[in-house]
Amino acid sequence: MNIAVCVKQIPDPATPYELDDENHWIIRPEDQVLDDTDRSGVEVALQLAEATEGTVTLYSMSPSGTLQGIRQALAMGADAAVLIDDPALKGADALTTARVLAAAMQQEGFDLVIAGTESTDGYSGIMPQMMSEILDVPCLSFARKVDAGDGSVTIERQTSDGFDVVEAPIPALITVTAGIEPRYPTFKGIMQAKSKPVTTLTSADLGITNTVHQVIRSVEPVAARTAGEIIEDDGEAYLRIIEVLEQAKVV
Amino acid sequence: MAHAISPGKPDAIDFLQIDGMLSAEERLLRDTVRQFVADQVTPHVDDWFNDGVFPKDLVKTMGDMGLLGMHLEGYGCAGTSAVAYGLACTELEAGDSGVRSFVSVQGSLAMYPIWAFGSEEQKQEWLPGMASGDLIGCFGLTEPDSGSDPGSMRTNAKRDGDDWILNGTKMWITNGSIADVAIVWAGTDDGIRGFIVPTNTPGFTANKIEKKLSLRASVTSELVMDNVRLPSFAVLPNVAGLKGPLSCLNEARFGILFGAVGAARACYETALTYAKERVQFDKPIGSFQLTQRKLVEMMVGVNQGMLLAMHLGRKRDAGTLSAEHVNFGKLVNVRMALDVAREARGVLGANGITLEYPVIRHMNNLESVYTYEGTNEIHTLVLGQAITGISAFA
Ligand SMILES: Cc1cc2nc3c(=O)[nH]c(=O)nc-3n(C[C@H](O)[C@H](O)[C@H](O)COP(=O)(O)OP(=O)(O)OC[C@H]3O[C@@H](n4cnc5c(N)ncnc54)[C@H](O)[C@@H]3O)c2cc1C
Ligand SMILES: Cc1cc2nc3c(=O)[nH]c(=O)nc-3n(C[C@H](O)[C@H](O)[C@H](O)COP(=O)(O)OP(=O)(O)OC[C@H]3O[C@@H](n4cnc5c(N)ncnc54)[C@H](O)[C@@H]3O)c2cc1C
Repeated sequence: MNIAVCVKQIPDPATPYELDDENHWIIRPEDQVLDDTDRSGVEVALQLAEATEGTVTLYSMSPSGTLQGIRQALAMGADAAVLIDDPALKGADALTTARVLAAAMQQEGFDLVIAGTESTDGYSGIMPQMMSEILDVPCLSFARKVDAGDGSVTIERQTSDGFDVVEAPIPALITVTAGIEPRYPTFKGIMQAKSKPVTTLTSADLGITNTVHQVIRSVEPVAARTAGEIIEDDGEAYLRIIEVLEQAKVV
Repeated sequence: MAHAISPGKPDAIDFLQIDGMLSAEERLLRDTVRQFVADQVTPHVDDWFNDGVFPKDLVKTMGDMGLLGMHLEGYGCAGTSAVAYGLACTELEAGDSGVRSFVSVQGSLAMYPIWAFGSEEQKQEWLPGMASGDLIGCFGLTEPDSGSDPGSMRTNAKRDGDDWILNGTKMWITNGSIADVAIVWAGTDDGIRGFIVPTNTPGFTANKIEKKLSLRASVTSELVMDNVRLPSFAVLPNVAGLKGPLSCLNEARFGILFGAVGAARACYETALTYAKERVQFDKPIGSFQLTQRKLVEMMVGVNQGMLLAMHLGRKRDAGTLSAEHVNFGKLVNVRMALDVAREARGVLGANGITLEYPVIRHMNNLESVYTYEGTNEIHTLVLGQAITGISAFA
């Protein structure tokens, strides 16, 4: 099975993010890291590739030209990477990103596409679904477990109170949750990573023009938290607590 | 012409921006070990230390990553650079000196002598399983009455036909009770030789040393060999004399001079965070001049230690590192780490004596690191001899 995995390189989440005053985009340092949620995607892809003697190709749109995150995923065991590195893609919105990645995958060929549920820096959570529409393949989302069948894939789809078993014919697209424990890169893998093929493409190579759609007009800070409600326990306080928890949809 | 002084503000931890000396590959490897430690060691190590248990479950994961015998070439080993090995030790020891000790003993003290002095058959038989973590090794040099002066050892091996008969007691042996194989150094008619001893050989027993207050997340044992019969091919064929065990120790010390910086860094980071948050006399204690001085001394120590380690690491990869350079590094960096740990312990006040914070654990661990692999005094004497040409050992 030829598996395509979306990997996003993001500014290190351990350091506070800053926004550009003019266009409100996240300021991206030269050094970016592999998005943690994509480590799970790579893990699933590697497991499926091991089970089916397949290959894993990474796809990353990274206008800053960084390779550190891709190297990390290659070190985990992926076979090759396609980097779409184009200044015209700076500040690309979810739809543009989906078009670019889908075009690259169509050009290179695939049986299965794997993505995270949402990125840690942008967390729109819609890019993979847009890709599946553009690629015209079924989308199986929130997979906490993935099995390859004969010409099909089956997932356990995480729900709020359990899981659904969902099956689709391949080609298909799967989004995976962070619940899948990723492996550590091996030292041999780390040393081999730099000799694995990385193809660099521009949007023009993919025949994509008119790349940036979304404009961020303004950014407001999150409203300061207000003081919580203090519930005096007169013996019936639990009723109010249950009510609050129900409103918050946590029970 | 020199550049102007750059306006950038240095990081509170990596003040000298030593990170910038690392290649992308070295950083990825360092970050991988750091992640492993954050996921698998830090959350549990206080309990391991408290309960006096070594996390044997981690050995397989460490093997899968390539941590075991990582700087050796072939036989399932990763074959990394010396700097990479050092950086891994720094991150492991930032977690716990016991975990780093395991890796040092496995790779540098047990695998290295087989790799360097073993026959092809011995390498094939042992190294792949040790690299993968399926087999655990230990290194028996020290004895109850022979520590800094290993030449005085009493353990001996005598020929009996083609076989060897091994007798003696080894003491303070890391991994002893969990080892599948022991590299035992013993006196023979041809001087000191190394033996590969499967720990299930009749006559071999390992007794765990309980009641220690240091390196509690590491196994330390006594090895007793009572007429242990070994086949002729159990001896390491390609070395005789003290230079056998001493070259292993140099390998391990190289890792320690990096590792100690990790323990120091963890203590400094903890003290810095604590000093900025802990309020006494209506101010964070980090605002008092006395505390700032302590924090600065810690920061300077950690950064100088890392700089020294990197310098020695680069020299090793360039093939210009001598054994005395390793003595220098072990002496200076472990002493620095112990000083930093003790100072950090004080900054944490009463919290500094609990396992809620990593500091007293590191501090106690470093007491062992200060003693093993050549005590501070012995490294001083080696350097004294190196600069005066006069031996002051005896
Ligand atoms: C936790 C732990 C794990 C260990 N693991 C191993 C292991 O895996 N394998 C192994 O073989 N050993 C191991 N050791 C043993 C360690 O290497 C020895 O403890 C060390 O070499 C010191 O020997 P000693 O304890 O006998 O001290 P001694 O040699 O008795 O020294 C006692 C003191 O005297 C000083 N001293 C000795 N000679 C001189 C001199 N000429 N001039 C000035 N001062 C001197 C020393 O510096 C020290 O301060 C371990 C030790 C510990 C604590
Ligand atoms: C085992 C144990 C038993 C104890 N038993 C008792 C007991 O029976 N009864 C009791 O009341 N207490 C007891 N204590 C508490 C003990 O007295 C306090 O730990 C001690 O007063 C220090 O306070 P602290 O731990 O809050 O540290 P902090 O006051 O927070 O001090 C932290 C660090 O900041 C430094 N610092 C603080 N202020 C300044 C300043 N102005 N300038 C420079 N440096 C400063 C301190 O020197 C220290 O290094 C006990 C503590 C321990 C560890």
